[in-house]
Amino acid sequence: MQYLNILIQELYKIFFLIIPILVSVALIVWLDRRVWGFVQKRRGPNIVGPFGLFQTLADALKYIFKEIIIPASANKIIFILAPIVTMTLALVAWAVIPLSEDLVLSNINIGILYLFAVSSLGVYGIIMGGWASNSKYPFLGSIRSAAQMVSYEVSIGIIIINVLLCVGSLNLTDIVLAQKNIWFVIPLFPMFVIFFISALAETNRPPFDLPEAEAELVAGYQTEYSGMMYAMFWLGEYANILLMCAMGSILFLGGWLPPLEIYPLDIIPAPIWMVLKILFLFFLFSIVKAIVPRYRYDQLMKLGWKIFLPFSLLYVVLTASFLFYFDMLPTKDFG
Amino acid sequence: MKLNRILKTIFLAEFVSAFFIAIKEIFKRKKTINYPHEKGKISPRFRGEHALRRYPNGEERCIACKLCEAVCPAQAITIESKEREDGSRKTTRYDIDMLKCIYCGLCQESCPVDAIVQGPNFEFATETREELYYNKEKLLDNGDRWESVLEKNIKLDKIYR
Repeated sequence: MQYLNILIQELYKIFFLIIPILVSVALIVWLDRRVWGFVQKRRGPNIVGPFGLFQTLADALKYIFKEIIIPASANKIIFILAPIVTMTLALVAWAVIPLSEDLVLSNINIGILYLFAVSSLGVYGIIMGGWASNSKYPFLGSIRSAAQMVSYEVSIGIIIINVLLCVGSLNLTDIVLAQKNIWFVIPLFPMFVIFFISALAETNRPPFDLPEAEAELVAGYQTEYSGMMYAMFWLGEYANILLMCAMGSILFLGGWLPPLEIYPLDIIPAPIWMVLKILFLFFLFSIVKAIVPRYRYDQLMKLGWKIFLPFSLLYVVLTASFLFYFDMLPTKDFG
Repeated sequence: MKLNRILKTIFLAEFVSAFFIAIKEIFKRKKTINYPHEKGKISPRFRGEHALRRYPNGEERCIACKLCEAVCPAQAITIESKEREDGSRKTTRYDIDMLKCIYCGLCQESCPVDAIVQGPNFEFATETREELYYNKEKLLDNGDRWESVLEKNIKLDKIYR
């Protein structure tokens, strides 16, 4: 009985985390299309609801009522599992994202490792989808995607090491609190830029959307998917993008902290600052989509392995020696 | 030159300038319109849905000369004619297969009495094929409905012919 109580309590909390995330994913898809349209001097979706805000809802309804086609030669179980895995992994990671000092589902002490591990697992959904489709384009798309995500994860990992060196803790709340005096975006600005670009590659966003390069691969690993399964893929994709934005704002933009601890800024509640920062990063994501042409595959690999990886490694050495030399290494016990 | 380029690459110079251009574009006037609510301007010479016109006294203009039928490159027009009691030759059948029609405008060019014209209407999509096999009744009805616009357009275009 006691266990049941705990279970219900946890489910209640999870419910109140997942619903806002799904709603904000819907809104963020709208924002993405709208910004994209505005940059190209189009209007974007503006019919359904006020300013077209319910466009994603209408799209989702359309997808729900569409037929789900499973190719005859597909591996059915894996084919069905792939979008579920993608979406679940994208949502599961949100468990550790703190929206304010105590507004977090599970404040585990290795939060950043968990986040990193779960976002790395995201590639499985894509590989499964591409392989189970048993068709050429999805397979090529998933191969590309796997290589791309693995390469950029390495540099993201090393960027995270940079931040961790300055914090001395793997807990996400500690990482944010360590930025009370100065956001890490200032001392670690090059790392922030590389993190942003790697996050674009990690979430298969333009200019790194090679896995679904429509000009050459139809839709990449999503080619054989239809109806709700396709919708789950893109829900997962956008939840992942949102997650990367949240990660960026926690690691570099001071999470829920206001930019300055002065009067009009510090009365705004913490979660609102967090949301504003996520939105700012997402705005950058969507504007990049509108202004940058797609990379070639070899350029992508070259950028990841030959430029980002050595540069971020070098920066780790620089940060470490700077902190060591000036005796600023974090030794405080955060408990 | 080379160094310049390397510096530009490292500091993402082109990306940053593109970013500011994009921000500027966001606030510019949109080039697109809210289609069903507002429509773009179309020329008086626009070749849209066909219509058969009448004289102001209600008499059909068409004299069944079949020039349009002959000139039609898609052979979309079918005409049958008969002499009426008062001696004038009139059509008994005037069909246009709108699915065959290529909207080239040769029928209205060939018409000596400005009877068959292509109006400004381009929103005549239907749910079945059959509805797009226009007959004389439908074409005359179109003519009656669009007459004011058709007359104005012909007048506007006359100086160029």
